[in-house]
Amino acid sequence: MSKQINVALIGNPNTGKTSVFNALTGLNQKVGNYPGITVDKKQGICKLSRGVKAHILDLPGTYSLNASSLDENVVIELLLNKNDKDYPDVAVIVSDVENLKRNLLLFTQIKDLKIPTILVINMSDVMDRKGISLDVAVLEEKLHTKIALVSTRKNTGIKELKALIEQHKTLPKTQCLNASSIDPAYFDRLQKAFPNQDIYKLWLVITQDANFGKISRQELDVSKFKTKSTTELKRLQQKEAIKRYQFINNVLKEGQHIDRSKARDLRSKFDRILIHKVWGYVIFFVILLTIFQAIYDWATFPMDLIDTTFAGLAEWVKNAFPNGGKVTDLVAEGIVSGIGGIVIFIPQIAFLFLFISILEESGYMSRVVFLMDRIMRRFGLSGKSLVPLISGTACAIPAVMATRNIENWKERLITILVTPFTTCSARLPVYLIIIALVIPEGYIFGLSYQALTLMLLYLIGFGMAVFSAYVLDRVMKVNRKTFFVVEMPNYKLPLLKNVLITVFEKTKTFVLEAGKIILAISIILWVLASYGPGEKFNNAEAIIAKEYVDLSNTALEDKIAAYKLEHSYIGIVGKTIEPVIKPLGYDWKIGIGLVASFAAREVFVGTLATIYSVGSATENEGIDTIKTKMSNETYDDGRKVFTFASGISLLLFYAFAMQCMSTLAVVKRETKSWKWPLIQLVGMSTIAYIFALIAFQVLK
Amino acid sequence: MSLTIADLKKGETGVITDSSSNDIPLKLLEMGCLPGNVVKLLQLAPFSDPMYLNINDSFLAIRKETATLILIDKINE
Repeated sequence: MSKQINVALIGNPNTGKTSVFNALTGLNQKVGNYPGITVDKKQGICKLSRGVKAHILDLPGTYSLNASSLDENVVIELLLNKNDKDYPDVAVIVSDVENLKRNLLLFTQIKDLKIPTILVINMSDVMDRKGISLDVAVLEEKLHTKIALVSTRKNTGIKELKALIEQHKTLPKTQCLNASSIDPAYFDRLQKAFPNQDIYKLWLVITQDANFGKISRQELDVSKFKTKSTTELKRLQQKEAIKRYQFINNVLKEGQHIDRSKARDLRSKFDRILIHKVWGYVIFFVILLTIFQAIYDWATFPMDLIDTTFAGLAEWVKNAFPNGGKVTDLVAEGIVSGIGGIVIFIPQIAFLFLFISILEESGYMSRVVFLMDRIMRRFGLSGKSLVPLISGTACAIPAVMATRNIENWKERLITILVTPFTTCSARLPVYLIIIALVIPEGYIFGLSYQALTLMLLYLIGFGMAVFSAYVLDRVMKVNRKTFFVVEMPNYKLPLLKNVLITVFEKTKTFVLEAGKIILAISIILWVLASYGPGEKFNNAEAIIAKEYVDLSNTALEDKIAAYKLEHSYIGIVGKTIEPVIKPLGYDWKIGIGLVASFAAREVFVGTLATIYSVGSATENEGIDTIKTKMSNETYDDGRKVFTFASGISLLLFYAFAMQCMSTLAVVKRETKSWKWPLIQLVGMSTIAYIFALIAFQVLK
Repeated sequence: MSLTIADLKKGETGVITDSSSNDIPLKLLEMGCLPGNVVKLLQLAPFSDPMYLNINDSFLAIRKETATLILIDKINE
């Protein structure tokens, strides 16, 4: 413990900071959360020589020490708090050789906090190609630091960086800029008010409070100091930026030489096509189609495999512990199928993150944001809302988490609120069975009615997301300034290692986050369905046996299971809500399915299977059996339950209703209040109810 | 009438003269959108918004509403 060196990795976005982190730690890393906020905390261990270890903390990318988002704020809070257990012994600033000038702004700020600092100049392998040459000795001297020229792509310079980290005690703590020169009189007063504090640190605390709202600090409370107006502070911050760039320009004039004639310009060649007014959109559309194809076609094979494996596992548990009674049932039907319900989404989620991380790593995603911003803004969204909306077609949970890089709070909030309308993969099983049930087979222009219906449902989901965004934009009064700055990074070939680590980490987060809730609700539902009050539930066997004397054993078991479910707690819930859902064309059995769907929508199919007593006895016959049973289902007077009208009504209900506890929980985390998830729950369910009602009443 | 970044045509270059408006995000200033620095308009999205710029060797896109706040002098090349 004593020999561990605390290292903070800091840098602008798009500098390959994560690649450096991966190169230093390998798979020896873990992602957690900062307490109380949802920013990912990535840390890892890097072995140095002689048993010395470095604890590497990969801080969120930031352009400066003036935070405008939660992610960036983490960096400042850590660097301002010497008592934090992660406070760095040495800061490693990662910069990109092509953007050295801009990257050095952050570097000089951190130097001014008197933190020992190493400068990593990444992507050094492209220097020749870009006509850049550096005088490292001059740069080290002028910037009072040690420099490691690194290429994570060619895997060079990492050893040198490790050596520098090990010798961190020899690094100078000289500052780059005399902060007082920004406004001598003001800084003088500030220093007099807090004689024991470092002046630059004081200044950061003050601007931080102005930029980002007051944050309580035990160590340093400047709230009593009478400060300047926001406008004046901003003017001073601008002055600070100018002064820093003056310093940087002077340094680079001696330490860097760029011969533009040698530079090969890939950027403008790619940009000419990828953000072309016509081709740009065509290419984006083709990429989208590929992603959908992957999620819905290529992912089916592993999903089927998982499905059969877990069904087999549940069966095995039942057979292996036949005398376990309720416990065996809980494990087999509650826990195993609950976990199966989560694991089955892994292929789709992994595919989705694979594509998204490739698009992001390559620099293409910023181009999409650029192309789509204007269109999205019409509906109160941002170009940056597109990634969440696309991710939503796999699952709303990672999609809501992907809204974090939208700087504008209103646009971000609207994105979060409307994302669950997009057709997530959990709706798919429900759609498939109901479409098979109520939409006739047949073709129009070579396209099947059923496939067209499915496509229409996707469009309806997306359309409702966009429409409600438009309404929310009009209705919501959120007073925060809009701002939108997108860096257009260089195009580069994604590093396989980075992509795979991202896919692995994100999928893991999904499984753990959503998994907890889905599993818990699966167990609760199982309990509600397995227990019931009174005679009818507890003596089901006797009652049924008396009523149907001449049935075969299997048929009898089915009848008993169905009877039990009807009189279980969940059956009672279904009956209680029947009057409410009757106008939509549903009976109490569908009601149970709806209630059960709050764990995860796809539970609907399984629940109906149990209700129509095709569960235990004839499970292997699969979906056709359920379908037949459902289509034969009638009311007491002989009318069919699943008609075209009630089917369409159900489809619309599932398209719009907010039936996902995990998403609500994530929205609560991301918006830090119950207000928004509740609005989402009530709003979406109301819309679902109204549309289902109209559909049924018009069509019946 | 002074010129702003929004008045640049594709491929044109200017020098920033003033970026002190309160509505310009600090982040933009830190990326080099400061008086004296050169700005070049590289490309426009449909409806001329957002604008894809090279400011102070940084490549970035901003919305037109922000671009109209940044005053420039055009450079004739």
